[in-house]
Amino acid sequence: MGDLTRMTAADIASTIASGDASAVEVAQAHLDRIGAVDPSVHAFLYVDEDGALAAAQRVDEARSRGAALGPLAGVPLALKDVMATEGVPTTCGSRILEGWRPPYDATVTRRLKEAGIVILGKTNMDEFAMGSSTENSAFGPTHNPWDLERIPGGSGGGSSASVSAFMAPLAIGTDTGGSIRQPASVTGTVGVKPTYGGVSRYGLVAFSSSLDQAGPCARTVLDAALLHEVIAGHDPMDSTSIDAPVPAVVAAARNADVTGLRVGVVKELGGEGYQPGVEQRFREAVELLQSLGADVVEVSCPHFGYALPAYYLIAPSECSSNLARFDAMRFGLRVGDDGTRSAEEVMALTRAAGFGAEVKRRIILGTYALSSGYYEAYYGQAQKVRTLITRDFATAFEQVDVLVSPTTPTTAFKIGERAADPLAMYVADLCTIPSNLAGNAAMSVPCGLSPDDGLPVGLQIMAPTLADDRLYRVGAAFEAAMTERLGGALIEKVPAL
Amino acid sequence: MALTRDEVAHLAHLARLALSDDELDSLATQLDVILGAVARVGEVAAADIPPTSHSVPLVNVLRPDRLVPSLGAERALAGAPAAEDGRFRVPRILDEEA
Amino acid sequence: MSLTYDDVVARYEPAIGLETHVELGTATKMFCGCATEFGGEPNTQVCPVCLGLPGSLPVTNEAAIRFTVMIGLALNCDIAEWCRFARKNYFYPDMPKNFQISQYDEPLCTNGYVDLDVQGEHVRVEIERVHLEEDTGKSLHVGGATGRIHGATHSLVDYNRAGIPLVEIVTKVVPGTGALAPEVGRAYVTELRDILRTLGVSDVKMEQGSLRCDVNLSLSPAGSGELGTRSETKNVNSLRSVERAIRSEMVRQGEVLSSGGRVVQETRHFHEDTGRTTSGRSKEQAEDYRYFPEPDLVPLAPARDWVEELRAALPELPRERRMRFAAEHGFSGRDMVAMSAAGVVDLVESTVAAGAPAADARNWWLGDLLSRANADGVDPSALRITPAHVARVVALISEGALTATLAKQVFAAVQETGDDVDAVIEARGLKAVGDVDALGKAVDEAIA
Ligand SMILES: [Mg+2]
Ligand SMILES: [Zn+2]
Repeated sequence: MGDLTRMTAADIASTIASGDASAVEVAQAHLDRIGAVDPSVHAFLYVDEDGALAAAQRVDEARSRGAALGPLAGVPLALKDVMATEGVPTTCGSRILEGWRPPYDATVTRRLKEAGIVILGKTNMDEFAMGSSTENSAFGPTHNPWDLERIPGGSGGGSSASVSAFMAPLAIGTDTGGSIRQPASVTGTVGVKPTYGGVSRYGLVAFSSSLDQAGPCARTVLDAALLHEVIAGHDPMDSTSIDAPVPAVVAAARNADVTGLRVGVVKELGGEGYQPGVEQRFREAVELLQSLGADVVEVSCPHFGYALPAYYLIAPSECSSNLARFDAMRFGLRVGDDGTRSAEEVMALTRAAGFGAEVKRRIILGTYALSSGYYEAYYGQAQKVRTLITRDFATAFEQVDVLVSPTTPTTAFKIGERAADPLAMYVADLCTIPSNLAGNAAMSVPCGLSPDDGLPVGLQIMAPTLADDRLYRVGAAFEAAMTERLGGALIEKVPAL
Repeated sequence: MALTRDEVAHLAHLARLALSDDELDSLATQLDVILGAVARVGEVAAADIPPTSHSVPLVNVLRPDRLVPSLGAERALAGAPAAEDGRFRVPRILDEEA
Repeated sequence: MSLTYDDVVARYEPAIGLETHVELGTATKMFCGCATEFGGEPNTQVCPVCLGLPGSLPVTNEAAIRFTVMIGLALNCDIAEWCRFARKNYFYPDMPKNFQISQYDEPLCTNGYVDLDVQGEHVRVEIERVHLEEDTGKSLHVGGATGRIHGATHSLVDYNRAGIPLVEIVTKVVPGTGALAPEVGRAYVTELRDILRTLGVSDVKMEQGSLRCDVNLSLSPAGSGELGTRSETKNVNSLRSVERAIRSEMVRQGEVLSSGGRVVQETRHFHEDTGRTTSGRSKEQAEDYRYFPEPDLVPLAPARDWVEELRAALPELPRERRMRFAAEHGFSGRDMVAMSAAGVVDLVESTVAAGAPAADARNWWLGDLLSRANADGVDPSALRITPAHVARVVALISEGALTATLAKQVFAAVQETGDDVDAVIEARGLKAVGDVDALGKAVDEAIA
């Protein structure tokens, strides 16, 4: 048996099921790996060594009792720190929640535990998921395992880095404007934003309620599918949860075939502002799909150009309201309560001290966009643009089965490079945002290393609402062909740490 | 459309953020730039387009009027910055709200 | 300038408006499964949702929607075919999320009315809207004088009440009530209370805050047809206070206007002890609540056939019932007004159902029994004397077994012991001995 940390989740599960390794051994191997490499990557905000080993122990006991094990029982996972974990710190990358231990589990957390998945710890993120680089974490940036001077994407950079650095075979991310797919793209991993409403948001600390969606991060498409099936499904605790069968994503990942599938290349997602190496790898990816039997056509989505501005009105507006509860009264940080100051003053001082610059910027922007006199021009108009983008998708999906684009216009940039320019940072989510606005499913799958800088490039696949299985069908077929072309999985090329 | 420091200060008050003058100034500048960029949504002719507030086509998601056990005062208060007599202790409150 | 109420009414025309918040009698809260019971130990009826903990999400209580639609139907409203909840954003320590889930421009019910009979006159109060929202927690202010917010050093918050479903019922401006404005206000809230009680959607206990009233009032020069600047008086928490608050606010505004002053648009607080209002927060600078559709809740679209089912299942409402009751038993309009005002309509009806002639039932409940209740400072329905007791006493009188004077002694004893009438008579030896004519005379005197 080889290095347990280099195995896929599917292989780890079967290794445990067959008794070739115990879940405790698997957990320990990953904890050791975290101990060895995380000081230089900083993917984790909290490593729950005791909790992980205890969970692994329970899987081993269940197995020895002869109990039926789920398809991912004993597989370790890194959980984005935006997901509530009972008794385990949940900070959302913010000082304002430092030390807070929720009294309840998110539905995703509960489903992971019920599946026998071993939660290794909580991963770093841009504060409250606001950012594209994980530099906005109050607890310091995460480094991209492909080049430690570069960003691992964001907001879920801790999750993508933990998977690409072999600290965990699986991770959970959340995607509001691309925070699963963009980090996957820049770390050479697989990331999926399920259809909005596919995975419960109960216990996911809200950034932008109408856009947030949790999803799987993995090194292979099949692993992502296995995790997708564990976390997806109707939850009565989330009013926006869809009460419909979960698309058969695992079956789709196993029966990968794109013959006769109609693939649309989105004309608007390319050109100026896109790194030439990214565009080159994207073109090659499309050719590869064509060579696999897909029918490729160009499709126009005329309103996608307005997705970014609409997003930067809708998300800040919702966040300005969602983050109002961080007020020093019931939980979290309290600053300035000297016995003379009023509750109002303590709230304002705490929020000023506890939130970072990007969060404050978005709260102020959102407060502005919702205020009387501006609502119609900003928030109201953005919601109309949202309708038009949804219609663009609907029209496109009348012509094709899936849409493709680069996941992100460039490869991973250097830490600090865009820190002073919010707009430059926002552009990282140019290609991913439309699917958040429309709510449909989308995936990023590695499509090679950019010839200009040797860094990973992601192919984005977009499918209609509730057709998440199509992502896996296309993604798995593409992944298999890429692996064959490269003579091995792309992720194997990640430098040793 | 330049935002003044006073306008940003008003927004900061609405949002309960005690920002320094420096922060107000730099935010005023940044917001101008960002608003300039996002104002592009106004270019889209959308007068007769209905707004989308939810991307799921659901209505009437209701739960039955059935009791669920409480968290209990101890667990409810465990994360509180301050507690007293089974209640959340908060600094003095200025005025009654609506 | 000091004016009497009559002076004010002679010079100015009042316009009133009432906003009533009613806590619904659902078993659980608006958006979570916590209990709504009144009086629990602090923070024992809370969960991540109603504490507004990070990550928690609301899910709407079916019963709250059903109750609100029933209220809308009882108030003759249109029921929205499609509407959404909205977030009302403002910071306050007793509001866990620092926004209230409410309804803004898409209320569940709109455009209704309530018909009232006020001192023999028919008055129609139009309903602007009925919408659903969540209640806040409760703060205990410590360190100041007698629990007042002013001068407190800190506050202690209990979130048991946070998230209890609140229905807000808003009237349109009611003009043209003249001197009757205070009575109209009181009659409206009384009628509303009776409707809600009949529907069984709330326990409508004003003293426990399950029905709370805000009174908007403005004056304009008589005959001008204009609307003046209004004040909004909060904290009006009994039927009597509604009347007193309107009266005192009319006098106050009349004095301001007649001395050349200007009424300030503001929130005022009503004080039960003094019967006066004092200035609260100025509303000159409109609040900016930044309403937007609640993204965590999907829209409501009450199906038409469901609404019609609810309409068909509505119980007989107080006014219909009063009219039927009056016709059946030959009560006059004045009788009905008197019985409604005294809160004895139900009791009279039950007494009749127990076999007593309607006139006797009315006479006892409006006479001796009402005085007894008033003397004890309780509602007549809270007496230990029940309609069954009254019916039995009436029967014994007509048989000649009791006189009116003895009957009063019997009631006194029943109120004391709770025993049944025959047991009381037996125990105390209260048998009539006089002739039937004398008895009849005594009854007439007793209830004159
Ligand atoms: Mg209200
Ligand atoms: Zn609750």
